[in-house]
Amino acid sequence: MNKKNQAPLFYVSKRGSIGWVRAWAVRGGAVLLALLVNGVITSLVTGENPLQVYAAIFDGSFGSSRKVWVLLQNLSMLLCVSLAVTPAFKMRCWNLGGEGQALIGCLAAAACMICLRDAFPNWAIILCMIVSSILAGAVWAGIPAFFKARFNTNETLFTLMMNYVATQLVSYYCVVWESPKGSGQIGIINPNTHLGWFPQIGPYKYLLNILVVAVVCVFMYVYLNYSKHGYEISVVGESERTARYVGIKVDRVIIRTMLLSGALCGLAGLLLVGSTNHTLTPTLVEGRGFTAVMVSWLAKFNPVWMILTSFLLVFLGRGAGEIATNFGLNSSFGDILTGIILFFIIGSEFFINYQIHFRRSGDKEDNAHV
Amino acid sequence: MFDFLTFLPRAVVQGIPLLLGSTGETLTEKSGNLNLGIPGIMYVGAISGVIGSFFYERANPDGLAALPAVLIPIGCCLLGSLLMGLLYCFLTVSLRANQNVTGLAITTFGVGFGNFFGGSLMKLSGSELPSIILTATSNCFRRSLPFADKLGAVGKLFLSYGFLAYIAVVIALVCAYVLKRTRTGLQLRAVGESPNTADAAGINVGRYKYVATCAGSMIAGLGGLYYVMDYASGMWSNNAFGDRGWLAIALVIFTVWRPNIGVLASFLFGGLYILHMYIPSGMNLAVKELYKMAPYVITIVVLVLTSIRNKRENQPPASLGLPYFREER
Repeated sequence: MNKKNQAPLFYVSKRGSIGWVRAWAVRGGAVLLALLVNGVITSLVTGENPLQVYAAIFDGSFGSSRKVWVLLQNLSMLLCVSLAVTPAFKMRCWNLGGEGQALIGCLAAAACMICLRDAFPNWAIILCMIVSSILAGAVWAGIPAFFKARFNTNETLFTLMMNYVATQLVSYYCVVWESPKGSGQIGIINPNTHLGWFPQIGPYKYLLNILVVAVVCVFMYVYLNYSKHGYEISVVGESERTARYVGIKVDRVIIRTMLLSGALCGLAGLLLVGSTNHTLTPTLVEGRGFTAVMVSWLAKFNPVWMILTSFLLVFLGRGAGEIATNFGLNSSFGDILTGIILFFIIGSEFFINYQIHFRRSGDKEDNAHV
Repeated sequence: MFDFLTFLPRAVVQGIPLLLGSTGETLTEKSGNLNLGIPGIMYVGAISGVIGSFFYERANPDGLAALPAVLIPIGCCLLGSLLMGLLYCFLTVSLRANQNVTGLAITTFGVGFGNFFGGSLMKLSGSELPSIILTATSNCFRRSLPFADKLGAVGKLFLSYGFLAYIAVVIALVCAYVLKRTRTGLQLRAVGESPNTADAAGINVGRYKYVATCAGSMIAGLGGLYYVMDYASGMWSNNAFGDRGWLAIALVIFTVWRPNIGVLASFLFGGLYILHMYIPSGMNLAVKELYKMAPYVITIVVLVLTSIRNKRENQPPASLGLPYFREER
């Protein structure tokens, strides 16, 4: 058995920091490679020239001013949920419940619009909506956080289950408040009175959302990088034991951070109901709670880079939708393209964090000692 | 008033996809991999089987031989879900990527894959309905013992299912035995609990993770196939599979990582899933939506209770969700 004396073909070691320029060059390369693969796949499926496919993707996002606004609106909503889940992730607390927390925020906002419409003036309804959605989101995240802090209950699985409880709760209220009767849907709430609809800024329907999310983004950047809370979050995330040793109350940090996370998800739900859709359906959040996990992780939990990663995903989603309609494909094609891009980016992280050393033929003397 | 004789077999049929999904996921999680891609993998398994049998039915329009009609979809399904499992392993074990993110990406991809190819096949078949119907193949899958109807209640409760249902139960029991009673199972659990220790003891951590995750994916993929071929009578329509994949993950927690408990628990979940159709609620349709919440709420309760009681054998594998790198301390 002289096989044992042989060095392996390659071995892997952890890299030191490689600097953000090279790191982002690797990620950019992965995206380009993925786009190339996607182009090839799309032209195989549709039989179109790949350049036309890329043109269609671009057209889907920037084809008209309306499309640009829709892109920005989707971008801001995805960014809002991503920003919300980020502090929890930074603490290594996997909040996969962004979907449910945002949805419960939607539910709270819609409840205020429906139940208070005959009792309160418009400004009071909007105030109630803001308070109740943010509170609802916070409670929805606070329940798993409490059990995580107190009994170390697995938060990944707990928050995941809370999503579906929220979905069913919304389905329940969709039937309770259905209009017209028997349709099982709520439809547009207060279509004539516009009670509880957020004011529009000028002629731009989506501008309010975009501004709110921009403020949240700046807040989150400052909160994570320049505040005492942010510092505590990173210490807990790096090593819980160290955090305990230096006197950080880990339980409190976990609950506080999850409450913040849920509150911001609730805010996303509030914007979806109050400002964009004015309705309530069980699928209103459109899986953003799950996409947000990927957005946040791809940006390494940095709120500024998150603008870029959420743009990438929204851009692709819109582009794939355009391809689907142009070439008569089914709209799920977009999910396949997004999946492929994600696989490439996820894989590329390896080359940022690790280094591969190949066996060289001149190393024979070394191997004898190993 | 409550018709158990029709309710129970329906609950079992509902439960089998969950059983297969959760058995696969338990095997995967025991190796320390939290595969959140299971919902996507079940979609891929289902659509791969549908693609296989679709073309087989087309090639033989005047009647199918039973054996290939069953083996072709199963083979395609296993192959499709194996590939997804390999992809997951390559990213998380070899490239040490984050498991949650990889899993969610696989789910996005898998659901898209299923719906896209489902849509394409519908176009190919040129039918007006938004579904693919594979009755001939489904009949082969659903064939039960010829004397099952003659045995009355016993026959209906125990013998009225297609063969995949029995295979699912056998797989779950075998998995439970392997995990609990064999050396391989012991080593697999060691990998999931503490890969460092396992590695020091000379266990090939990477290989165990690969094999367990790929086998788990294939089992879960069969769950998707069972849903289409048996439960849905060979009818594929997009998104019909719904959130059953997540329910399978819930079931893993509910059974505290034991596939043998999963056999009965999956029937319970199946029953809870369809309970709303059997509850006499009169005109109040809204309450039905609340009944659908039951499996998730019960899972949360179990999750909380096991963590409060903190019994060591009921905990999730200790290194669940963490990538393993030998040089890291």
